[in-house]
Amino acid sequence: MIEFRAATKRFDDGTVAVNELTLTVEPGGITMFVGPSGCGKTTSLRMVNRMVEPTSGTVLVGGRDVRESPRAVLRRGIGYVIQQTGLFPHRTVLDNIATVPLLSGWPRRRARGRAAELLDLVGLPAELGRRYPAQLSGGQQQRVGVARALAADPPVLLMDEPFSAVDPVVRADLQDELLRLQQELDKTILFVTHDIDEAIKLGDRVAVFRTGGVLAQYDEPAALLGRPADDFVASFVGRDRGYRALGFLPAKGVPVGEVATVRLGGSVAAARDALRDGWAVVVDEARRPVGWVSASRLSGVDGEAAVSDELVESGGSLYEVDSPGGRAGSLRGALDAALSSPSARGVAVDADGAVVGSVTAHDVLRALADARQAGEVPS
Amino acid sequence: MSWLARNWPHILDLVRQHLELAGVPLLAGLLLSVPLGWLANRSVAARGLLLSVSGVLYTIPSLALLVVLPAVIGTKILNPVNVMVALTVYTIALLVRSVTDALGSVPTHVVSAADAMGFRPLRRFLTVELPLAVPVVVAGLRVAAVSNISLVSVGALIGVGGLGELFTDGFQLQFLTPIVVGIVGSVLLALLADAVLLVAGRALTPWERGARRAG
Ligand SMILES: Nc1ncnc2c1ncn2[C@@H]1O[C@H](COP(=O)(O)OP(=O)(O)OP(=O)(O)O)[C@@H](O)[C@H]1O
Ligand SMILES: [Mg+2]
Repeated sequence: MIEFRAATKRFDDGTVAVNELTLTVEPGGITMFVGPSGCGKTTSLRMVNRMVEPTSGTVLVGGRDVRESPRAVLRRGIGYVIQQTGLFPHRTVLDNIATVPLLSGWPRRRARGRAAELLDLVGLPAELGRRYPAQLSGGQQQRVGVARALAADPPVLLMDEPFSAVDPVVRADLQDELLRLQQELDKTILFVTHDIDEAIKLGDRVAVFRTGGVLAQYDEPAALLGRPADDFVASFVGRDRGYRALGFLPAKGVPVGEVATVRLGGSVAAARDALRDGWAVVVDEARRPVGWVSASRLSGVDGEAAVSDELVESGGSLYEVDSPGGRAGSLRGALDAALSSPSARGVAVDADGAVVGSVTAHDVLRALADARQAGEVPS
Repeated sequence: MSWLARNWPHILDLVRQHLELAGVPLLAGLLLSVPLGWLANRSVAARGLLLSVSGVLYTIPSLALLVVLPAVIGTKILNPVNVMVALTVYTIALLVRSVTDALGSVPTHVVSAADAMGFRPLRRFLTVELPLAVPVVVAGLRVAAVSNISLVSVGALIGVGGLGELFTDGFQLQFLTPIVVGIVGSVLLALLADAVLLVAGRALTPWERGARRAG
């Protein structure tokens, strides 16, 4: 879909921002450009819509040299989202989103109608359409930026650190939202970030650049974590990469053991009888986990009393087991559930969130060792 | 007071003339400053040249300009066009800087986002950069309007001066009332023009109001 062929950019002052970049971005899917500051990510991205012209080499979109189309026409077919949003302060949100359709000559009504659809698609209420950008929060502005880029339904979307300026909670929301949108729309997305975690979370493929505009490795996230091409990539990918790589391994072989459960509101005496190794998971009516009770917490409490919130210790993360219709957990999810649980047993739940059993760190590590022996894990 | 009542139609006529002599150059100056400001924003050389020339122009004494202009543009000395051309020169001298600054203050990420969406340069200028330049341009226009209204009176010395003619009349007749009426009249006109431009500027920039309310 997008092809860089030995694309090089040397600026007038002699800076080589991008050096002989050769890389093919397959249609559909998210490709991440990641690397330290000044390594040429933005410059590479801007060669795609001719905001920057390569000094030598070519860039193709959809098999055609970008230089064949007039700039304005090329750009209307390529969505572009940037960190500072670049929203027009003097136009309402709706008119901002309608920009490219209007430029492409759509009638006003149709463009506005399309803009309203997009506002909804990116999860913003219709009333916001009448506001000006300055009257929105940073996260909302960023959503509007995405909506504006998608308005004319371009096959390609370029995103330059779109979520770097918002706080971490909003950023995680926006990332999840992008993944949801991408499932629905199936665009070819080129996404620049300097955050390796973001690259690994969002990317189907990740291109790591080193300073001087040289491509260091172009691979799937799991391969990047498992087999970094060299020391630079290894150190860039960072600490805990072994642990993070577990996030890409399905927890197929991990045995789900039994776990004691007690109902919230049931009697303390019954809870004491149910404990296993001194612990039980407290569940609600739908068998969803609320937390844990322990022998030590219950000791000295009247047996007639009910198991109330005060007696419950908060639980750790949950591990979703492989089930039809559910999203199977990864080895990392299973291990984290075990490590973060006060009882050292991770709570396993089904797709509806009901407790089905528990996992231990020991079981997870054994499953990992088995997978490794079977050659399922690159080592 | 009776002088005022007797001369009322004449005074109104002078007010109208005063507004015309100040307003037409304001408009002409604005129309010429926009392309000049655009040019100044595109090239460093043009910017340096335009800003220094306009700085020099503004320092030419108004009376000197009025006396020299007829010879330069070939008009009769009593022609009101002389005053208008002179004031247009001053307006441009003031506004070129305002327009240049205003266009320069449009955030680069907004301009480059417009490029990335496929605006052609002229459309981008007219529908993105110019509207966003309005607040700063209006600030410059207010200064130019007040400056023009006060400079029109100088034209009275060469016979075309709106309310300024009341000063020359008053001096000739050794009579204070017309002088006071002339002064008060031009001050009121200046205040009025300033207020009108302020309100017009606000009306043209509803998004600024929105931002003010939100901020
Ligand atoms: N217009 C320009 N003129 C000269 N040098 C430039 C220009 N634009 C970028 N550069 C240089 O090219 C190199 C790559 O810049 P680029 O913006 O592509 O980096 P980046 O990877 O996007 O960095 P960041 O993560 O900080 O955004 C840098 O050394 C930068 O200083
Ligand atoms: Mg960058």
